[in-house]
Amino acid sequence: MFDLTGKRALVTGATGGIGEAVARALHAQGASVAISGTRAEKLEALAGDLKERVHLAPCNLSDLDAVDALPKTASEAMGGLDIVISNAGVTRDNLMMMMKPDMWDEVLKINLTAYFRLAKASLRGMTKQRYGRIIGVTSIVGVTGNPGQANYAASKAGMIGMSKSLAAEVAGRNVTVNCIAPGFIATAMTDALNDQQKEAILGKIPAGAMGAPEDIAAAAVYLASEEARYVTGQTLHVNGGMAMV
Amino acid sequence: MSDLAERVKKIVVEHLDVDAAKVEPKASFIDDLGADSLDIVELVMAFEEEFDVEIPDDAAETIQTVGDAIKFIEEQKS
Repeated sequence: MFDLTGKRALVTGATGGIGEAVARALHAQGASVAISGTRAEKLEALAGDLKERVHLAPCNLSDLDAVDALPKTASEAMGGLDIVISNAGVTRDNLMMMMKPDMWDEVLKINLTAYFRLAKASLRGMTKQRYGRIIGVTSIVGVTGNPGQANYAASKAGMIGMSKSLAAEVAGRNVTVNCIAPGFIATAMTDALNDQQKEAILGKIPAGAMGAPEDIAAAAVYLASEEARYVTGQTLHVNGGMAMV
Repeated sequence: MSDLAERVKKIVVEHLDVDAAKVEPKASFIDDLGADSLDIVELVMAFEEEFDVEIPDDAAETIQTVGDAIKFIEEQKS
């Protein structure tokens, strides 16, 4: 099950902890992967590790014209595009009373608008070939909210709403659109927390531990697979029981 | 029918999987040929590729029948 041999996947944010794990997992299931990210040397190191069926597609997601072009670049490199994982994201946290408009704009642009542009630019090929998997990596806070993250939570909730709408539009074309909502996953982003913060978070997780990037990658493999063909417009929460919705 | 009209018809028949006899100029994509709104978007994309023309979104919305499509493409080509 979950064999992805012959499938062609684009992963954004592939230099981050979750994105890298997703790219590795899709590749391990047999897919070709186009990996996108801003840190060229990390992309090259990942490509070197994967050796074959891997293509570099560096892209700065704040440049929306570059985002529009990304699916085409990936498709030309791999001979088509079946799976798009929109994983890149940024945070600019602050209490909303202190949040400057540009902190809002930047987060919405990179997390939500870039997802819209990436998905839109992928649709023509997917509807035509009558096969596609679009997966947005959102966040638990898009559903629960989180103090200090009004912009980030809004962008992640927006991804869920957009995915549901698009899912309804293209379901008849065998294109599914789903989100994965990670809870607290141990990455460079969470390494920045101090011990007290980590302890407070762990107290809220029934599983008693942070998740690993591989937990998210497994969800991505499932949603990308042929076996998940009847699952669309959903948000798969991977959070150790931290929020049950 | 002109050569252009025949090519339009062929795309419609293939894409909507309908009987060629039903694809006449006054046939409405939605009412007569069973298309949905996404089918129309896809047909417009297929016309753009086949005839190497650019069909703007607001023009695409006015293309309701097979005849509308033929007329629009003829105008673009002339």
